[in-house]
Amino acid sequence: MAKGKKAPQGTLNKVLLHIKKYSPFLVLSVIFAAASSIAMLYIPILVGDAVDLIVSKGNVDFKGVLKIAGEIGAIAAASAFIQWLMNVINNRITYHVVRDLREEAFRKIEILPLKYHDSHLHGETVSRIIADADQFAEGLLMGFTQFFTGVVTILGTLVFMLAINWKIALVVVVLTPLSLFAARYISRKTYKMFKLQSETRGEQTAFTDEMIENQKVVRAFCHEEENLKKFDEINKRLEKSTLRASFFSSLANPTTRFVNNVVYAFVALAGALAVLDIGFTAGAVFTVGSLSVFLSYANQYTKPFNEISGVVTELQNALACAARLFELIDEESQTPDSRDAVILGEISGKVELEDVSFSYTEDKKLIEHFNLRVKPGQRVAIVGPTGCGKTTLINLLMRFYDVNGGSIKVEDKDIRNITRRSLRAGYGMVLQDTWLKSGTIRDNIVMGMPAATEEEVTAAAKAAHSHSFIKRLPKGYDTVIGEDGGRLSQGQKQLLCITRIMLCQPPMLILDEATSSIDTRTEIRIQKAFLKLMEGRTTFIVAHRLSTIREADIILVMKDGKIIEQGNHRELLKKNGFYTKLYNSQFEQTG
Amino acid sequence: MKKLLIYLKPYVKECILGPLFKLLEASLDLIVPLVIAEIIDTGIGNSDSAYIVKMCVLLVALGFIGLGFSATAQFFAAKASAGFIAKIRQVLFKHIQSLSYTEIDEIGTSTMITRITSDANQVHNGVNITLRLLLRSPFIVFGAMIMAFTIDVKTALIFVGAIICLSIVIFGIMLISIPLYRKVQNRLDRVTVITRENLTGVRVIRAFCKEDEEIKKFDDSNEALMKMQQFAGKISALMNPVTYVIINIAIILLIYIGAIRVEAGLLTQGAIVALYNYLSQILIELIKLANLIITITKSVACGNRIQSVLEIESGEKENRENVKLSGKTDSVYAVEFENADLKYKSAADSSLSHIDFKVKKGETVGIIGGTGSGKSSLVNMIPGFYTASKGKVLVDGTDIKDYDLKALREKIGVVPQKAVLFSGTVRENIKWGKGDAGDDEINEALETAQAKEIVDNKKEGLDYYIEQGGRNLSGGQKQRLTIARAVVKKPEILILDDSASALDFATDAALRKAIKNMRGNTTVFIVSQRASTVRYADKIVVLDDGRIAGIGTHDELMDGCQVYREIFESQYKKEEA
Repeated sequence: MAKGKKAPQGTLNKVLLHIKKYSPFLVLSVIFAAASSIAMLYIPILVGDAVDLIVSKGNVDFKGVLKIAGEIGAIAAASAFIQWLMNVINNRITYHVVRDLREEAFRKIEILPLKYHDSHLHGETVSRIIADADQFAEGLLMGFTQFFTGVVTILGTLVFMLAINWKIALVVVVLTPLSLFAARYISRKTYKMFKLQSETRGEQTAFTDEMIENQKVVRAFCHEEENLKKFDEINKRLEKSTLRASFFSSLANPTTRFVNNVVYAFVALAGALAVLDIGFTAGAVFTVGSLSVFLSYANQYTKPFNEISGVVTELQNALACAARLFELIDEESQTPDSRDAVILGEISGKVELEDVSFSYTEDKKLIEHFNLRVKPGQRVAIVGPTGCGKTTLINLLMRFYDVNGGSIKVEDKDIRNITRRSLRAGYGMVLQDTWLKSGTIRDNIVMGMPAATEEEVTAAAKAAHSHSFIKRLPKGYDTVIGEDGGRLSQGQKQLLCITRIMLCQPPMLILDEATSSIDTRTEIRIQKAFLKLMEGRTTFIVAHRLSTIREADIILVMKDGKIIEQGNHRELLKKNGFYTKLYNSQFEQTG
Repeated sequence: MKKLLIYLKPYVKECILGPLFKLLEASLDLIVPLVIAEIIDTGIGNSDSAYIVKMCVLLVALGFIGLGFSATAQFFAAKASAGFIAKIRQVLFKHIQSLSYTEIDEIGTSTMITRITSDANQVHNGVNITLRLLLRSPFIVFGAMIMAFTIDVKTALIFVGAIICLSIVIFGIMLISIPLYRKVQNRLDRVTVITRENLTGVRVIRAFCKEDEEIKKFDDSNEALMKMQQFAGKISALMNPVTYVIINIAIILLIYIGAIRVEAGLLTQGAIVALYNYLSQILIELIKLANLIITITKSVACGNRIQSVLEIESGEKENRENVKLSGKTDSVYAVEFENADLKYKSAADSSLSHIDFKVKKGETVGIIGGTGSGKSSLVNMIPGFYTASKGKVLVDGTDIKDYDLKALREKIGVVPQKAVLFSGTVRENIKWGKGDAGDDEINEALETAQAKEIVDNKKEGLDYYIEQGGRNLSGGQKQRLTIARAVVKKPEILILDDSASALDFATDAALRKAIKNMRGNTTVFIVSQRASTVRYADKIVVLDDGRIAGIGTHDELMDGCQVYREIFESQYKKEEA
């Protein structure tokens, strides 16, 4: 149990830390809560006074009644206004806190090491930032609106009751903790259930995310029924955990209400006896009016306990959600740029790998003690059979992953001492998985150079041979494409990715099978454009085309994630090793 | 939202019993002020302490019975709402799965995911609370009014007036805030899209150092979301204070009119206290109701969004009266295109026109052509992913429109352009092609697809776990596994939609050899950019801008088709030299 409580405790502190920023508003909120609650509490006293002025036929003090009525009106109006202000402030605090949290989480996404993104389901991360944050907001808002008012009402009532008749007040004070105990017990029980519910929900989101994203494949394989079965299985579990969580948490209300009713009965008893002067008299005369005040207080005194217990369950749920959000926020970031990291200025394109070792997991060694010297303007072709881990090298060059041993140097500087920004800006990269953002075609092209002029954009598009198909789209360069390119063909997406690079003309290039989905006629033209682009630029190219490979200055032959041969075309053929085998299999093809 | 309510049908019993028990509990609450009035007028009036004790015991008993009623009500509500939302999620998921390629392109995946997750949660909350509490509040409000009438008709008129004013205020605020919450949800959608994009495009974003810009974009939408939330919140925050003012005006009137009536000897002091208690009860219930309505309006907005997805009709649902289930026919041709055109929904021009050729069973057909020439569209018509806008496509001698889609797709193995694998073991992924495939069959398929070594290199073998999107595999590995997935069922027709693009030439060649040697009389369609891949096909279809530029063998085309010759020469000349 102690363990179960610890998680929400830590989360609570973090939540409080985030609220701290808005403490002036918080103070206002508390003051307003106090003011409006006390005003609301004062009204029953006025009503009680009025009741005492209306005793029986011929025994009514109209003047007094009118005066009291006026007071009630004024106080009610003031209290209502303050209450509205308080609500507005609470909204403000809550939505600001949630906005802050989302911002923080999103910033985290941008600096998490790629290892995290490569090993976590995207759907789950999205669910944390969207659904969990939403649930948290809801709980927090409810907490704010009802918690303070609740507490102030309890305290205020207590003071008023003690002032009127401390003996009866004591009855109330002794009995009400029962209600608290009941609420505490229930909320503790339900926290686990909410957590289970939230976890199952995450599982379902992840599954839905994966299947819906690849809907086309699902349909092609008529896999709908199997998916539905799996979905149903998770859904059943979710239904069960939802049922349990919502039923048990909803018990809090009736239970505390029962306790309230008991308190109410005791107040009625004690109060009635006090009016008859049988017992419970304490100082001042206890009238029927006083009884009416007390009964109304007994109601108001216990109602906040009700609300607070409701709030507590809601907060438990909110905290469970916040905990998942914080889990993301507290995830370890990539090593930040070192303080003395330099900005790469002029890049000639000199790249050196010295004694580099790297592996994704400790138990499977990949690259070990690898050396490579690339002079400015040289072209490095990476070849090897399918799945030999060619992308690993790109991960290292771009510093998506850090080397485990040795160092990579650009312009004689260890890339760990260079700001990531300037390092990556030095490279132009076309990846195998084309990725486009939602926005216009132009937005996508100018990603690397937001200030590009219309002429520059068109020129780049023409050079990359994407101009003609873009022109044919409904709105040309202003055509909005949906998430991940929407209806563009794979080839068109790739052309756009190439245009992107064509525009910003970076000093170094990383091309990862960039042209594999583009038809050969276009490919030839792109090849020419690339040749022009590659002039004087250091290029790393994951290559399939023999012409590219043969013209490369350095060829890295990879197999099973390891670099097994290195040299130029002639040297490697002489070696009569793996490269020769690869080359011959191709030659057999074309011959 | 209305159409969603039919899914509550299996829970009719719960939906009636839940609120019913709640009402029973509420009516007990209504008796309380009467008991108090008795205590004041009879107990205190006659100084009868025994009577007072008796009445107080009655109060406790009422509370206890109320607890039982209420717990029962909660149970029914929880059961109905959990079951209801589970059903909605299931229906929604099923529906989304039935959408055709065209609709999927249009709606976008994140929208659908929000519907099924956060929207569904909101609807759940709404239904649960509605069943539990919604009826209770109006019941107490009107019950209190009726009780007031039993005490004194004239004073009870204050109740009528107050309730009318309250209804106007509550419904007015509701009407204003529902569209506001819809706006909030739309803005939340935008935040979702950006978040997702930054996860899927993390490499590109970092390569272009776009982190700051993306953060700014996120902050802007996040800020816009917050502003809308605050605005909507401001409106709904009016609810409590306004109701409070109305009730207090009623209290003032009650005291004043009560004073007159007591003076006239028409009312007792106890009755005034009872009436006042009823007004307090109304106030308390209304505060609850206001909170309730906020939750409910939110959930109605979410429900509407879910419904709008359910209302999208799948383009694949057509009248299929004489569906052909399966079974081989004696048609010589596996696939026939008869002057077929294809036009996409919102496109102006046809993507394909006058496609007319026949493919015999067992033949290998290469399809080659430039980007956007319609190669993918053409092969996607064979399994009916897109349907011909003119002309027809026949599979096994029967128009595909006359097929049961499932039966049609059973015959066909597709390897899509984008190599997609799902989280799960290699075995599970291959089994997508054939649910009851044994390990022997799987291994055979892996060998055909040149993917055996991928598995052999993993110590887990077929149990090697593939992460979502195949992140722990390279592009080429993924492609080969997707090919294995398609060949495992030994389809009558195999479609390779540019699926060897990430393979090196050697693997590509070996793959083609293996597919050719596959047992059975498989008809193969190979879409490719590479002349080498289609070169040895029995028939090569050359596409240019949506039209057939030539059909024939390599040698025939080299002689008679300029487009083909250009493609071939562009690829080979240099390398053979």
